[in-house]
Amino acid sequence: MFIKKSKSWMLKENSVTSESLYLNRRKFITGAAATAGIAGLASVGAGAFTADEKRVLKELKYRQTDFTAGDALTPEQAVTQYNNYYEFGVGKGDPARNAWRLQPQPWSVEVNGLVDKPATYAFEDLVDMNQLEERIYRLRCVEAWSMVIPWIGVPLRKILEKVGVQNGAKYVAFQTLADREQMPGLRSRVLDWPYVEGLRIDEAMNDLAFIAVGLFGKEIPNQNGAPLRLVVPWKYGYKSIKSIVRITLTDKEPPTSWNISAPQEYGFYSNVNPEVSHPRWSQARERRIGEFGRRKTLKFNGYGEQVAHLYDGMDLRKFY
Amino acid sequence: MRITNKQLRMVGKPIVFVLMLIPAVWLSWNWYQAFQYLPNDLGFNPQETSNRFTGDWAMRILLISLALTPLSKLIKSPKPVLFRRMIGLFAFFYVCLHIISYVWLDMLFDWAELWQDVLKRLYITVGLGAFLLLIPLAVTSTQGWIKRMGAKSWQRLHKAVYVVGVLVIIHFVMMRKGFQIEPLVYGGILGLLFVLRIKAVQQVFRRRKAI
Repeated sequence: MFIKKSKSWMLKENSVTSESLYLNRRKFITGAAATAGIAGLASVGAGAFTADEKRVLKELKYRQTDFTAGDALTPEQAVTQYNNYYEFGVGKGDPARNAWRLQPQPWSVEVNGLVDKPATYAFEDLVDMNQLEERIYRLRCVEAWSMVIPWIGVPLRKILEKVGVQNGAKYVAFQTLADREQMPGLRSRVLDWPYVEGLRIDEAMNDLAFIAVGLFGKEIPNQNGAPLRLVVPWKYGYKSIKSIVRITLTDKEPPTSWNISAPQEYGFYSNVNPEVSHPRWSQARERRIGEFGRRKTLKFNGYGEQVAHLYDGMDLRKFY
Repeated sequence: MRITNKQLRMVGKPIVFVLMLIPAVWLSWNWYQAFQYLPNDLGFNPQETSNRFTGDWAMRILLISLALTPLSKLIKSPKPVLFRRMIGLFAFFYVCLHIISYVWLDMLFDWAELWQDVLKRLYITVGLGAFLLLIPLAVTSTQGWIKRMGAKSWQRLHKAVYVVGVLVIIHFVMMRKGFQIEPLVYGGILGLLFVLRIKAVQQVFRRRKAI
């Protein structure tokens, strides 16, 4: 007969920390601290601190603006369940499934480089939650689909003015969080992590460039880039970097993730342009999510009036 | 209990036939629902779902059909080969659905745009090449054609299915963004099936069995 003798260091199966509890251990500690009283002890038991799979999105106070796309809004369900956010997996449904692991609060953003006030800013110190506005923008993905999304946030310019951009700064670089515990997609080498993006300073100062912290009247869901993300509606979606942890002002064109991955397919500028096709597919048309056929793609995603002057004299075939 | 060839023909084949139809039935049902504006499982971008679904199944079934000959050598029984023609034709069937999905549901018969795709998009060109190469194999799959062509040259022609396999994998790798694992897994399976058909490898297996 086979008798299995347990050694003293062996753990029983039931003492293994559950994955969700492990991933939320920091919350467990703060939660435990908050309920350290005797009354709190009663609630400490199985399930009391399991993962916060459904983050409750608070309603935001914001004002309406003239930035309306003129088209019908894409249904909220599509906006929050059909996403490209490779840190949570490469499938369109993966971000909505996996992004509950992201802890958007508390959050801080390191601002450095050619700025007057370099520092690590708490989210609340960088984004003035009393100055929020809503902007309805078209979003055009490089994969030839598009959406119409009501973002809530502040112009990027306001944030840059707050930290004080120095004269020598010509570009802004952004970086996404890259934490393996919160982002299971990082295990795959699909891109060079962390995800990085950048804008020329005049692009960043343009009125359309926006930092979003909300969607459809509420806080922005994790899978859409909580707690703060960039939105540059005249460029392909991947320029609109999510869950920003670092902003760097620099005098050199910063590296950008998709350009590093495939330089002949994705340039630094990445302006929506039906005349310049992606090497593997046409960019002349797009499928608006929810519509059956394809509609014509507009140059600069229809925002030419506001941004075309930024590229005067540039060959957009060369600077794609 | 031994299963006879007759039982395989009478019972096994209909079962496999029905199994192979399941993905197509699922897809047709969901498109039918979608056209009635009823709830369906095609997601927020039904054309993308449909293109990928039919492509995935065409590729999987093609790989299954390629695995049958090595399998029968491995288990030293000709029985798996009984299903080879049917499964190969199902691979062709799903390739046809893949093309219908793209040309009709996705591109809405925009022939000018489609022709541009064939000329300019290498992965579409490669995919079309694989389809064109499959047509003669599907046409000559009958007993009559084996007789007409003679077994030798018929077999030589049908080796072309390995070229199709390679084209399919290239097509898949090229349509994904970034460095993705899934197409490489399928590529690895095809590579393994290649290796199993090399004479020297087969002899190694045979010798090990003999000892």
